[in-house]
Amino acid sequence: MFETLSLHSLQVYWWIIISLLGGLFVFIMFIQGGQTLLNQLSTTDDEKTMLVNSLGRKWELGFTTLVLFGGALFAAFPKFYATSFGGAYWLWLGILFSFIIQAVSYEYRKKEGNLLGSKTYETFLYINGSVGTILLGIAISTFFSGASFTIDDNNFVHWSIATRGLEALMEPLNYLLAFAMLFLVRIIGGMYFLNNIDHEPIRTRTRLMIKRNIIYFLPFFLGFVGWVLLKEGYTYDPETLKVSMVSMHHLTTFIELPYLAGMFLVGVVMVLVAVFNSVFRAKNCCIFTAGIGTVLTVMALLLNVGLNHTIFYPSSTDLQSSLSIVNSSGSHYTLTAMSYASLMVPFVLAYIAYVWYAMDRVKITQEEITSSDEHHY
Amino acid sequence: MQTELIDWSRAQFALTALYHFLFVPLTLGLSFIVAIMETIYVKTGDAKWKTITKFWMTLFAINFAIGVATGLIMEFEFGTNWANYSWFVGDIFGAPLAVEGILAFFMESAFFAVMFFGWNKVSKSFHLLSTWLVAVGSNLSAFWILVANGWMQYPVGMEFNPDTVRNEMANFWDVALSPVAIAKFLHTIGSGYVIGALFVIGISAWMILKKRDVLEAKRSMVVGASFGLLVSIFLILSGDESAHQVAQQQPVKLAAMEGHYKGLKRAGIIAVGILNPDKKIGDDIHPFYGDIEIPYALSFLGYHDIDAFVPGLDDLVLGNEEYGIESAASKIEKGKIAVKALQAYKEAKQSDDQTAMSESRKLLKEYMPYFGYGYLEKPTDIVPPIALTFYSFHIMVALGTWFIILFLIVLYLTMANDITRFRKILWLTLWSIPLGYIAAEAGWIVAEVGRQPWAIQDLMPVGIAATHIDAGNVQVSFWLFALLFTVLLIAEIKIMLRQIAYGIKGGH
Repeated sequence: MFETLSLHSLQVYWWIIISLLGGLFVFIMFIQGGQTLLNQLSTTDDEKTMLVNSLGRKWELGFTTLVLFGGALFAAFPKFYATSFGGAYWLWLGILFSFIIQAVSYEYRKKEGNLLGSKTYETFLYINGSVGTILLGIAISTFFSGASFTIDDNNFVHWSIATRGLEALMEPLNYLLAFAMLFLVRIIGGMYFLNNIDHEPIRTRTRLMIKRNIIYFLPFFLGFVGWVLLKEGYTYDPETLKVSMVSMHHLTTFIELPYLAGMFLVGVVMVLVAVFNSVFRAKNCCIFTAGIGTVLTVMALLLNVGLNHTIFYPSSTDLQSSLSIVNSSGSHYTLTAMSYASLMVPFVLAYIAYVWYAMDRVKITQEEITSSDEHHY
Repeated sequence: MQTELIDWSRAQFALTALYHFLFVPLTLGLSFIVAIMETIYVKTGDAKWKTITKFWMTLFAINFAIGVATGLIMEFEFGTNWANYSWFVGDIFGAPLAVEGILAFFMESAFFAVMFFGWNKVSKSFHLLSTWLVAVGSNLSAFWILVANGWMQYPVGMEFNPDTVRNEMANFWDVALSPVAIAKFLHTIGSGYVIGALFVIGISAWMILKKRDVLEAKRSMVVGASFGLLVSIFLILSGDESAHQVAQQQPVKLAAMEGHYKGLKRAGIIAVGILNPDKKIGDDIHPFYGDIEIPYALSFLGYHDIDAFVPGLDDLVLGNEEYGIESAASKIEKGKIAVKALQAYKEAKQSDDQTAMSESRKLLKEYMPYFGYGYLEKPTDIVPPIALTFYSFHIMVALGTWFIILFLIVLYLTMANDITRFRKILWLTLWSIPLGYIAAEAGWIVAEVGRQPWAIQDLMPVGIAATHIDAGNVQVSFWLFALLFTVLLIAEIKIMLRQIAYGIKGGH
């Protein structure tokens, strides 16, 4: 089946999968968003424990999606994997550090003899939720702003700046996406709490938080969209693969591929509708609308950066070293083999959905959290 | 590339892997033991078994989190610290990692929540299924990462593409079902099961010694010791197959494992020996100060034939015409031809000289099996650190033998309902927990140190694989990781000890 597809079709197929994974990952980062809200949405220790336990039952999904995202990039676009991870060394290490401290925090926080004390683990969760999200936003933003690398004739990467990725922190425009992501994941985190925790005081505070955060989110998001659509874009000639700059290339892509623009708009509207329903109609189920909206929006942005002869990882040092889905992908055979493995994805999503449904049929309550018969975080 | 950078990059990866390997083997073993215990609970309906299951499950969870965290770091360290490697083999190596994510890791993580929080939310049978699926997912996950590692030890199923300057996959099944990968997987998960079993019987022994939850501890001991005995026997078989594969594909590693310098027919295994550090390749100094040998055993282990010739390090470095073994110097020469042919190909391509391209491509194909040798400086570069490989191998084998004896004794005494009287055995059982870890880490050292200098056997030495980065960056990140992992390890041990002190019935 996949063998008959051209290499370019497989590259597009895998970029769609990467974009989907990217979208799912941003959605699942409601866990990170929720982690930044632990103090804000609770007034008692029991309430905080309810919030932690609610998130703790999902933290593994975030890790897994990140691992899969990394593995899929490694296999499908190995030149990007080598370039970005090897080059922007400190940026990625910062992200990884924030995830290490998250992994242990849920399980260790309340356990006696935990060495560092509960507050430290809560701080770890906060750092992962805030700094981790901002650093990830900056890393993704380099898809648009570029990075300082060259590729030699062995296809080995050379980074041009000694700060090894930290220079991305000095680019103010990268913060537009970073903060938009931070406020978005806080909003979705709030919607997750609304859906998962049956406790009115938390729900009241959560709705107020969502109302505030949508106000913070919009300027950053609109600023990011404006910047991306109006900036010069990197494009390549499909025949020669020569890279050049084109005015407003990302906007052109949305115009030339209207289904992407539609996907993007539908996604944004779904998030806004979810916010409206959560705040003004006191609905508790909006995580699903917001989740689908987030996945569609992020997917549309990533597809925009990968399709229509666009460079998805521009080099600000050497234009011709820039990476597109064409010059950075795996071979035809590997992409084909991987495509067969990808057929398992719907089954994986189905059992995750079923497990989520089975576990969340009964909402978290104060009684459950204080019961000694239950496993707690 | 600077030696300092390479050494720090290796040290950092070794650090992460060593820590990772402290947590993951226990997870692999304990997940099955917990699943067995829960199965007994579901079958018998005896609430005591539920209490026992929950206790071990809690210890599993404490350990699991940090195993996941170090695993994530390892995946991304391929990119951060070994960027050149990532490109050179990403087309092959990335695929098992991605499949691991799709097929295994999601299964593990999705059902993990049910296993811990679903006792009163889903049916008994669905909960039991989830516990088994966590175990299966963990082990599937290990399979795919060991397939990737197995490929580095024995690269198959690929072709080198001079246009992209990388190896490209030609046959997925050759990679996934490579005999080295299968042997490696079976032996590694076997060692994890043994650690899990040692952990269960060791902690149970401590409880019996302290007269706490004695009935529950004895029940745990029966499950742990039975499981441990079975997997120990399996470990001998998988170890034999592993050594057989090493002899076929990595004879230098086998020679280093045994401190075997001069090739011999009917070669024996050194049961006990102290290496002479003055021994050099090609000299006549005896490699050991003293040794006890088991005759014929190395020939049998390596080739399943007691008469087989087992090449020594002298033969592999200097060559042995009689047995058709090529010298490392000759391989280095051929490797240099391959490297030059690649360069010539690139130049010809730039000037669009089709004839020259075709000639250099042909030459490259012929000498590609030696490609990595082209980056070595001298023949002895192919020899890994012998002392570390030798002692690690012997420690692993000696401890493996001890574990079988221990499981037999513990199982017999527990079944005879007599274990409480044998306090020395109980103490020995407790102190065997760290021995399990030592054995597993030693095995990992044999596998990874023993294959040096290769990142990918014969194709890429570690010196070429590392990211082009200033060594200071890697040095700083090494110490940051070392600090963080150590703090988390101490925290984990303290939490584990506290949880164990509560006892099986003490809550969770």
